Amino acid sequence: MSPSHLQQYWTAFRTIVTKEVLRFARIWVQTILPPVITTALYFIIFGGLIGERIGEMEGYRYMDFIVPGLIMLAVITNSYSNVVSSFFGSKFQRHIEEMLVSPIPNSVIILGFVFGGVARGLAVGVAVLLISLFFSPLSVHNLPVMLVIVLMTSILFALAGLINGVFARTFDDIAIVPTFVLTPLTYLGGVFYSVSLLPEFWQGLSMLNPILYMVDAFRYGSLGHSDFPVALSFAIIAGFITVLYSVALILLNRGVGIRS
Amino acid sequence: MTPALEIRGLKKTYKNGFQALKGIDLEVAPGSFFALLGPNGAGKSTTIGIITSLINKTAGTVKVFGHDLDTDLQAVKRSIGLVPQEFNFNNFEPIGEIVVNQAGYYGIPRNEAWERCEHYLNELGLWEKRKDMARTLSGGMKRRLMIARALVHEPRLLILDEPTAGVDIELRRSMWDFLTRINTDGRSIILTTHYLEEAETLCRNIAIIDDGGIIENTTMKQLLAKLETETMVLDLSEPPPGIPQDAPLALRQLDDLTLEVDIRRGQHLNDLFRVLDQAGIRVHSMRNKSNRLEELFLRMTRNGQTPSHLTPGAGGTSEQPENQA
Repeated sequence: MSPSHLQQYWTAFRTIVTKEVLRFARIWVQTILPPVITTALYFIIFGGLIGERIGEMEGYRYMDFIVPGLIMLAVITNSYSNVVSSFFGSKFQRHIEEMLVSPIPNSVIILGFVFGGVARGLAVGVAVLLISLFFSPLSVHNLPVMLVIVLMTSILFALAGLINGVFARTFDDIAIVPTFVLTPLTYLGGVFYSVSLLPEFWQGLSMLNPILYMVDAFRYGSLGHSDFPVALSFAIIAGFITVLYSVALILLNRGVGIRS
Repeated sequence: MTPALEIRGLKKTYKNGFQALKGIDLEVAPGSFFALLGPNGAGKSTTIGIITSLINKTAGTVKVFGHDLDTDLQAVKRSIGLVPQEFNFNNFEPIGEIVVNQAGYYGIPRNEAWERCEHYLNELGLWEKRKDMARTLSGGMKRRLMIARALVHEPRLLILDEPTAGVDIELRRSMWDFLTRINTDGRSIILTTHYLEEAETLCRNIAIIDDGGIIENTTMKQLLAKLETETMVLDLSEPPPGIPQDAPLALRQLDDLTLEVDIRRGQHLNDLFRVLDQAGIRVHSMRNKSNRLEELFLRMTRNGQTPSHLTPGAGGTSEQPENQA
């Protein structure tokens, strides 16, 4: 690949990311505001009203304990939903063809959509973090771990959203996974509780949930507490990213859902 | 000279078993303004979809300016600009961004992309609307937006799939002028259209596709020369004193001021006017009863049969398109 090609691909990548960012920024009332309001309600109800009666969780104030999990919840759902809705929308309105007729490699298309999703995931994550400051002081135990985990998690779910978008044929198809898979897995991924509180059987079952490791590692970066080794969480997330990226690339190369 | 487009043995069978293309061969000379005509479902859009890599082919080869679709896809894509039949842009995006983003997909830096965007949107009368959302444009403006978008990376081959569908006459003619101008500047153009007047006016070369196969591929002149009979309508200045019955031309009176006449190949209008003069019939104006290409098109594609008077030996599929380079 020549330097001029690399330059062109970089321009194409930036174009897709810019387009994605402008897309969700234009409709911020639909994309940024709702998760911020929802999370603020979580803070008020679970952290403030109910949390006061729960007391401490793993030695931390309940409000402080749930802040990392709620930030991750926002990052996960927004990274995913941005890509799935944008990719499906571009199929539905057929403007995905603008990219398909151009010489952009499929890998660049994937990265463009993914980092568009990451941008929204992080934007909402930062907004939620700012809201959390009204309820809980900012706690940073290991900043690099926090940043890398949140970035990797965002990439992972943006990739998952892209794959969902590839297969989706109706608007129902883009809502099924977030509603019936993503939200339950996130709620059961240790956002509101420490997995060590669960009976042994449920602890074992929870360990099959990848979101558990992401929330756990992010909580380690913030509070310094984790139920699992952080290196294990990194490895699991990296493994999922590799698999999902490969699947996405194969699907686009085969033209699944986008070429006749 | 390397053809702008060279297709050999192109076949497409969809997953449901429908065979849209049955092995077509087609060559478009560089600099040509080429019409690809055919009834609905004949295979035009499938052919264009394969050339632009939106549809996977089943068999055959496609080369664009010598670049093979299978081995040099990126060069093929850089050579082509596509104006599709259906609107396929984001309705919720400003039109300036649609064009600039398209340039970005081709690796054109944003500053340069905006310069090109300004140029083409100005050419097509849309620059003032660059900040408007695409959904607010009229149908004709949307067509022009897609032309600007297709040209922003300055492709050597422009493919237009029914670009003037739903466009009013005035705008259609201004688009014809624009397309003629960019063709004169050296850009090859392939056009599909249901307005056969459009194809006859713009295109020098033509292929007719029907039922997944090419049934004609020649120059427009040669094709029109095959028309066995033309029917002319004569508007008279005053009612005719009588209709000559023994004339070599078959005259029919439609009403007091209108005559119709069939002119067979080999007959001349001079003969007609001599007969009319002798009969004291004064003609105010004259026109073709129907578009000549339309007449031919209907005969050739009806039931998928080539009519007997259009024999392949008289300029059939074996002819090479006129080189307009």
